Amino acid sequence: MTWFNKFPQLDDGFLRDLKKVIDDGFRSFTRNYGDAIESIFEPLRHFLVWSENLLTNTPWPIILIVIAAIAWFASRSIKIVLASIITLCLIGAFGMWDDTMKTISMILTSTLLAIAVGLPIGILMSRSDRVQAFVNPILDVMQTMPSFVYLIPVVMLLGIGKVPGLIAVVIYAIPPMIRLTNLGIRQVDGEVLEAADAFGSSKWQRLVKAELPLALPTIMAGINQTIMMALAMVVIASMIGVQGLGQPVLKAISNQYFTLGLFNGLAIVGIAILFDRISQAWGQRLQKHRGGGHV
Amino acid sequence: MSEPIGIEIKNLFKIFGARGRDFIDAINRGMTKQELNDQHRHVLGLRDINISIPAGEIQVVMGLSGSGKSTLIRHINRLIDPTAGEILIEGTDVVKMSPETLRAFRMRKTAMVFQKFGLLPHRTVIENVGYGLEIQGVDAAARNKTAMRWIERVGLLGFETKYPAQLSGGMQQRVGLARALANDAPILLMDEAYSALDPLIRYDMQTVLLDLQREVRKTIVFITHDLDEALRIGDRIALLRDGSVIQQGTGQDIVLNPADDYVANFVQHVDRGKVLRVGSVMEPLNGASLPEAVVRSDLSLAEALRDMMTRGIQNLGVHDPNGTPVGQLSMQRAIAVSAGA
Repeated sequence: MTWFNKFPQLDDGFLRDLKKVIDDGFRSFTRNYGDAIESIFEPLRHFLVWSENLLTNTPWPIILIVIAAIAWFASRSIKIVLASIITLCLIGAFGMWDDTMKTISMILTSTLLAIAVGLPIGILMSRSDRVQAFVNPILDVMQTMPSFVYLIPVVMLLGIGKVPGLIAVVIYAIPPMIRLTNLGIRQVDGEVLEAADAFGSSKWQRLVKAELPLALPTIMAGINQTIMMALAMVVIASMIGVQGLGQPVLKAISNQYFTLGLFNGLAIVGIAILFDRISQAWGQRLQKHRGGGHV
Repeated sequence: MSEPIGIEIKNLFKIFGARGRDFIDAINRGMTKQELNDQHRHVLGLRDINISIPAGEIQVVMGLSGSGKSTLIRHINRLIDPTAGEILIEGTDVVKMSPETLRAFRMRKTAMVFQKFGLLPHRTVIENVGYGLEIQGVDAAARNKTAMRWIERVGLLGFETKYPAQLSGGMQQRVGLARALANDAPILLMDEAYSALDPLIRYDMQTVLLDLQREVRKTIVFITHDLDEALRIGDRIALLRDGSVIQQGTGQDIVLNPADDYVANFVQHVDRGKVLRVGSVMEPLNGASLPEAVVRSDLSLAEALRDMMTRGIQNLGVHDPNGTPVGQLSMQRAIAVSAGA
């Protein structure tokens, strides 16, 4: 009756061998191709370093003005502009300016990468039910797999540093971008697309003149989600060498510095709210044409 | 302005489903829509449609919902691919066009107006009207000029920078119409273009279309489920039921000689006095001399009756628009036909 009380599992030796074979295989793959793969990501590293330098080397008043200007042009709301300035000033006053700039640089880069990769995948998914059926489970895995698990192969391949951190963040943050692009395009009114076709639009014209603009509000919601998730990943990414607000939090965890953790945590919350309000206000402004009011 | 061109629809079939082509023979042998659906899970869209639309005329395709009329109009610019059949326009079969030829054909030869307007919500009125020209590669200045001309023509001057959501339904459909006309395509496809509008606006838009047609002379295919609308604007009407044409001809034909009970039932509530023309109910002169009072053959029966009443006469002579005497109409005959006898 042992099989009844204890789940009959595969032979221990077999399992050991299986793990060993996979590990060895991946290790030799890493040895053989690690450098090549690293060189593929070299431009990404350059961009990261460049944007980080830009944000940390620019004098803080200029950064403040630029962010306030972005907030203004995106939202046209003086409230959001003031809130942005106050949040950043508080962060600076509590000595977290540099870390915050590094985090913002990371978030911006990973969001851009997520859009650059996610948008085309989302478009492909919306084109074909087959692609959708194939990509959806992958996205499920990406969203539910504990991030530590895919940190292992990423670190094995690329070591510790900015680029593996960026990749980990993008893996975690890209699913909403892809899903909402796909959803947004699939929801576009069929008659509008028929109209685009009836006037002889090419597939490309139909995409850029009808589908994407009409799906834009949904896509914007995806970008907003991607930014939020990227911020949530900052602390975990700091475990593999991403600098910024995550590292003090990590230090606080291992040394039980409660206040250090709290301050940096609140700074992350602060810029999260800031990014969220700015991107949402922008998304809403893009839809102003939907506004009612018959004439 | 482009010369009008005719459309020749020949043996057109549409069977929705993966193996539509396999059932054409069965349909030809008399399988019904119901049987096809029950036995093979395929939906009969169109059955052996043959319609010849002369250049420069308004062909109305009429039927209730589910009759296949919207499916039919979408075959003319091939938004839907047929299962079998031909659509000949200027001697070319639209069905056999390559994707590139088809795109050029849609761009230059056809324009379409949709039931729910199909406007791009993120574009202003002028950008919507210029859409077809933009696709053709016309530069912004030229297309805005053309767009403005049509915006003015459909009565929307002053609204060109508004977004569709800021306009009422009737105004949105004017945008749809202007967008189609700006293309200057010889064929205008109107898919229940006015069905979403309320009756007064609809009447108004019909007038706009009839006025425009006198000016621009396009070959118009107009889909509707409204018989009054069909009779008012159609030079010719084709009645569709369950994917088949059950009668086609002029409105007068259909009202006076319905092909079967279904059509008869359909037309029985029509205001015959208003719809029928003197020319289609008059009797031959048979050598008799023309009565003194004469009217034109395109006068409505009700107007002719009113004419006789006010003049206190029993007989009217009828001449065609050129002034040639063609027949006569007695009050008795006029009343009998108006009453549906």
